[in-house]
Amino acid sequence: MTHQVPIQEGLFSWPAEQPQLLGSRCKNCGETAFPAQRECRKCSGSDTEVVTLGDHGTLWTWTIQSFMPKTPYNSDETEETFRPYGVGYVEMPGGVRVESRLLENQPDELEIGMPMQLVIEPFRKDEAGNEIVIFAFRRADSENA
Amino acid sequence: MEVAIIGMGLHRFGRTESLSGLQQGAVAVREALADAGLTWEQMQFAYGGSQDAGNADSLVNELGLTGLQFTNVWNGCATGGSSLHAAYTAIKSGEYDMGVVVGFDKHPRGAFNPRPRDWGLGDWYGETGLMLTTQFFAMKIQRYMHDHGITEDALVRVAEKAFQNGSLNPLAWRTRALSYEEIATSPMVSNPLRKYMFCNPGEGGAALILCNADKARQFTRKPLFLKAAAVRTRHYGSFEVFSPSQAMEVADAPTVTASRAAFELSGLGPEDVDVLQLQDTDSGTEIIHMAENGFCEHGEQEKLLREGVTRIDGRLPINTDGGCLANGEPVGASGLRQVYEVCLQLRGEAGSHQVPGKPAVGYTHVYGAPGVSGVNIVTT
Repeated sequence: MTHQVPIQEGLFSWPAEQPQLLGSRCKNCGETAFPAQRECRKCSGSDTEVVTLGDHGTLWTWTIQSFMPKTPYNSDETEETFRPYGVGYVEMPGGVRVESRLLENQPDELEIGMPMQLVIEPFRKDEAGNEIVIFAFRRADSENA
Repeated sequence: MEVAIIGMGLHRFGRTESLSGLQQGAVAVREALADAGLTWEQMQFAYGGSQDAGNADSLVNELGLTGLQFTNVWNGCATGGSSLHAAYTAIKSGEYDMGVVVGFDKHPRGAFNPRPRDWGLGDWYGETGLMLTTQFFAMKIQRYMHDHGITEDALVRVAEKAFQNGSLNPLAWRTRALSYEEIATSPMVSNPLRKYMFCNPGEGGAALILCNADKARQFTRKPLFLKAAAVRTRHYGSFEVFSPSQAMEVADAPTVTASRAAFELSGLGPEDVDVLQLQDTDSGTEIIHMAENGFCEHGEQEKLLREGVTRIDGRLPINTDGGCLANGEPVGASGLRQVYEVCLQLRGEAGSHQVPGKPAVGYTHVYGAPGVSGVNIVTT
């Protein structure tokens, strides 16, 4: 089986049966950030801890990326194989809105306020043949949710 | 100490294969100097910037090695606004009497491709396709339309006005007026924004000569006055470009605070403004910026657009030269183009795109990544 490697350590719990997004919370003011950061952008403190943000939320806003981005975009796609993807901010129960790719890529599939479910998706292969995986969201009531 | 604008120059925005970005900046400076009847040797300082076309202080090789203080400014889309603010404070403080502000750029075709590390972000953010300004502006207006009852009609009307104004401006890049239908049926780029609702990165240069207002009349019979220049960055809770996450609480955008600061400095209010330039890198941002700068209530924009209030002959003429939509966005020069245009309007020299009724107060606003706004107020 292909070895799966997260595109960046610390964005989501991995490996895990039910992966969760990870962020940070300020011990002083309670501010939540994604990705986790050492300093607090609200109170300027520097005492934060890594917390779980959950694996579901609601869609706060969205768009669809219709053309293949230039670098630094780095997928296995070509202009021919590129598939438009949704992008949105998902309100997490952990208390922050997280920007994410969305599996839905048609306007009639996306609506502000709809429930969303975290998924971990294969994105590209690295030079060693590992499968690089990323986090994304899809509507929570779609098939296999 | 008051600050006067006594000269201005512009290298036409668009594509000029034969000139580098730096050379287009030099053209703008020479034109501004000629406009003021001054020489490069008389300039005591310069502030300048470009995003992709090199170091602004290299202009001394083009314009003359006079030993002046030249400071490079790099502040995203707000580079021009930040340069102008720096020059404004240099004169206001009494340190200098006269100097130049210049911006220029030359971007490759297509969308910008920023490097995540330059913005304090992990590579994953860019690699997974989240770091596009077009996406952000689409998502911002998507939510704004949802919250404030704005429809696609308003997005089309902003673009229609921009290209109409561009068609009246011989210095615009896009000089063909586009019909409502052409805009409304152009390909969708990032919902809800279509092709003709976005500006393109481009090329060009713009320059201004600033002077201690007490001495301005030695050089020109019709100085204009820079009554306010303010630059502000984002607050905790404002929704800004290049943000992997966004706080749940909502705060005013930096535009709101920059605008308030500028009005306070000038002692003027939105009701005093006769002609204005608002950052319109897409149709949606012009709509949002109308309210964020205090010119209307949130949600009121669609009605104002339908009534033609923001057209050249309307009560609140916005982006009279065609804005970013018709001029493109050479990042370093764009904010100064806005000031060039309001100066042209206040002098009554805008020709076929002149606002009627002798406008006396001009307002400019830029917004850039990752959440910085610059506002200037110019008067006769």
